Amino acid sequence: MRVRFDIKRYDPEKDEAPYFQTYEVELEETDRVLDGLNEIRWRQDGTLTFRRSCEHGICGSDAMRINGRNRLACKTLIRDVGKRIRVEPILGFPVFRDLVVDQERFFENYRSVLPFLINDDPPPPRERLQSPDDRERFDDTTKCILCAACTTSCPSAWGDDSFVGPAAVVQAHRFIFDSRDQGATERLARLTARSGVWACRTVYNCTMACPRDIQVTKAIAEVKRAAILGSP
Amino acid sequence: MSTRVEIHQLDAVVVGGGGSGLAAAVYLARQPNIRTGVISKLYPTRSHTGTAQGGVGAALGNCDPEGDSWEWHMFDTVKGSDYLADQDAVEVLCKEAIDLIYELEHMGLPFSRTPEGRIAQRRFGGHTVNFGEKPSRRACYAADRTGHMILQTLYQQCIKHSVEFYDEYQVIDLLVEGNRCQGVVAIEIDTGVLHVFHAKAVLFATGGWGRMFEITSNAVTLTGDAAALVWRRGLPLEDMEFFQIHPTGIYKLGILITEGVRGEGGVLRNSEGERFMERYAPTMKDLASRDVISRAIYLEIKEGRGIGGKGCVNLDATHLGREVIEEKLPDIADFCRTYIGVDPAVDPMPVQPTAHYAMGGLPTDVDGCLLADAEGTLVDGVYSSGECACVSVHGANRLGTNSLLDLIVFGRRAGLHMGAYAAAADYVPLPDDPAGRAIEQLERIRKGKGDRAAILRDEMQAVMTEHVSVFREEPGLSEAVAKVQELRERFRDVKIDDTSERFNLDILEAFELGCLLDCAYSTATAAQNRTESRGAHYREDYPKRNDEQWLKHTFQHLRNGDKVEFSYKPVTITRYQPKERVY
Repeated sequence: MRVRFDIKRYDPEKDEAPYFQTYEVELEETDRVLDGLNEIRWRQDGTLTFRRSCEHGICGSDAMRINGRNRLACKTLIRDVGKRIRVEPILGFPVFRDLVVDQERFFENYRSVLPFLINDDPPPPRERLQSPDDRERFDDTTKCILCAACTTSCPSAWGDDSFVGPAAVVQAHRFIFDSRDQGATERLARLTARSGVWACRTVYNCTMACPRDIQVTKAIAEVKRAAILGSP
Repeated sequence: MSTRVEIHQLDAVVVGGGGSGLAAAVYLARQPNIRTGVISKLYPTRSHTGTAQGGVGAALGNCDPEGDSWEWHMFDTVKGSDYLADQDAVEVLCKEAIDLIYELEHMGLPFSRTPEGRIAQRRFGGHTVNFGEKPSRRACYAADRTGHMILQTLYQQCIKHSVEFYDEYQVIDLLVEGNRCQGVVAIEIDTGVLHVFHAKAVLFATGGWGRMFEITSNAVTLTGDAAALVWRRGLPLEDMEFFQIHPTGIYKLGILITEGVRGEGGVLRNSEGERFMERYAPTMKDLASRDVISRAIYLEIKEGRGIGGKGCVNLDATHLGREVIEEKLPDIADFCRTYIGVDPAVDPMPVQPTAHYAMGGLPTDVDGCLLADAEGTLVDGVYSSGECACVSVHGANRLGTNSLLDLIVFGRRAGLHMGAYAAAADYVPLPDDPAGRAIEQLERIRKGKGDRAAILRDEMQAVMTEHVSVFREEPGLSEAVAKVQELRERFRDVKIDDTSERFNLDILEAFELGCLLDCAYSTATAAQNRTESRGAHYREDYPKRNDEQWLKHTFQHLRNGDKVEFSYKPVTITRYQPKERVY
């Protein structure tokens, strides 16, 4: 079927302002939105640019606004969004070009929550033991692929540059609730600062946007509770 | 065209931010006074290691009453390789696996757990108890996102150790003179500025080149950049004829369905509902090695037992129950629901073999040092590890779970070795105009007037899929070699639309296609040259393994741009003499 793409274009070297460009592509309803973008790039207009890699929802490269919602272009089928598709870059970060945004601030926020296991005890000769229940405690947040779909759908993050954003809280959650980790106090101290979890207004956009179906708002609530109690 | 060139000086440069590059970077970072940079064309967390699903092999013995031993793991790996793997390297792989898995766990890797709280292990193809008696539980896993967890954990460690990253830089050229490393040249994708990295040591860990085929589990960015770069610089590639076609990709899409499905008890069925692997591999059945199963699937389809007369068979996991699927295989369940509307707890998954893994690549010793020839001359300061390297631990066919293991074992060894090397070595002076060749290559693409890259790529994928895939024979191979050579010539005039400097994906994809074409040329010529069948390389016109003539590694040098020169390196055999391979 014939699918119409309206794609937000912007090349700061050449364009004064962003504009929409329309393309038409022949696709199956089971094709991905990314297949449409590739068709355009490969056979119609090689100047269109975007990030992509694994093409099946794991690498996290191709988060974009598709018909007004943050989604991965490779995990959204044409039948999910219809024959008229509007594609824009995710909101809140400077646009490098077309659908490619500068994610440096996103990764800076990620790094700020100390996203690595903190445990200064000498390790045992074999694995540290962890019960399946303790492992389950943080399973959901280990799924995060850092695609930024949640953070760039969050009104608090749009309105407040200093807010670490949902993705960074998800990453913090993955360690705070890991029974092997000893860095909760330090992480919670960072997350109770003004730029931390209390900037979240529980809008649930992040949960709706997550292509990995992580219960982001729930994870943030758990971190808020830990922040009040002072420990997980 | 940007003529701006920036020059950096670093002790060690890692090219590639996947599992192996990051493992090397972690161990480089732990060495004092070694300034290291990681160049990656993707943000490191976007790397393809993240898509590996089922597990990483190590003889921990957490889940079988018989326990496990690295010798059993070694035997299985050697047998799986169809006796082409170098056994000294396999011994390193299987021995170091055990400590390294514990070390990853100590770094925070969230493995799934046994009821006792130990690392959970599952069955995987070709891994056995006591030298082939029955399937072994050796694959350490984190649900079906083991690769994601490895990649995340290693990246986390890099952050912890403040590793210096050059994200979204595409490597264009290797600088090497008289078998001594000078550095690499890369383009900063966001700005189009060229960067020369003057380095004492360079590691290539850029992954595979599955995109030379139509149906592949590989990311669109897996284009064999390192293999092409070193080959163009007159250095050899090893065993390029061996390319693994994984038995179970989602029909038409090629997205991987982990062997872990069969490890948990899933079975392959043809259109008659028959569990056909019982006929092809009476002992291991659906857990025979990948080359064996891929061939069986093709034969079933060829004999008319594909599902609905189409080019696929069914992977049936319905009897495992929803709970097992949601707990142990959640991601593949999600893929099936998303892309083909199949719930694997209710219906079987339509699958077809999918191009998956390059066994061959840049020849190295067990410390990742690059070899300049089949005699073992080293290229000082140039290293390789991970899929793009050929140590060789996989020989003619890799076992599942051994690639994640290879990444970390040889990434670590390379990182440690290059750190020590860089501490003692001096910088080799850069040549005059170090970016000259890179500029010339990019400039040629900018000025091309011929076909678009996508057209050439389609033609390459079609001919490689038809003639250089699971079954190979003459005259198809000659046809493929001639076609790929024609495409390489047409590539010299490849055309792009985009003239912008910023994030110019058009020129990058064209450059990547050039790399893929060199990999395809190497693969097709090597497949044509090897007149026997071994592991993943199956010649219908030479259906038997021929140890007398071919128990040796292929080395290929590229001379004058298109002439391929072959030489051979003996296989190192220490413990297990070649014998007939049955599963």
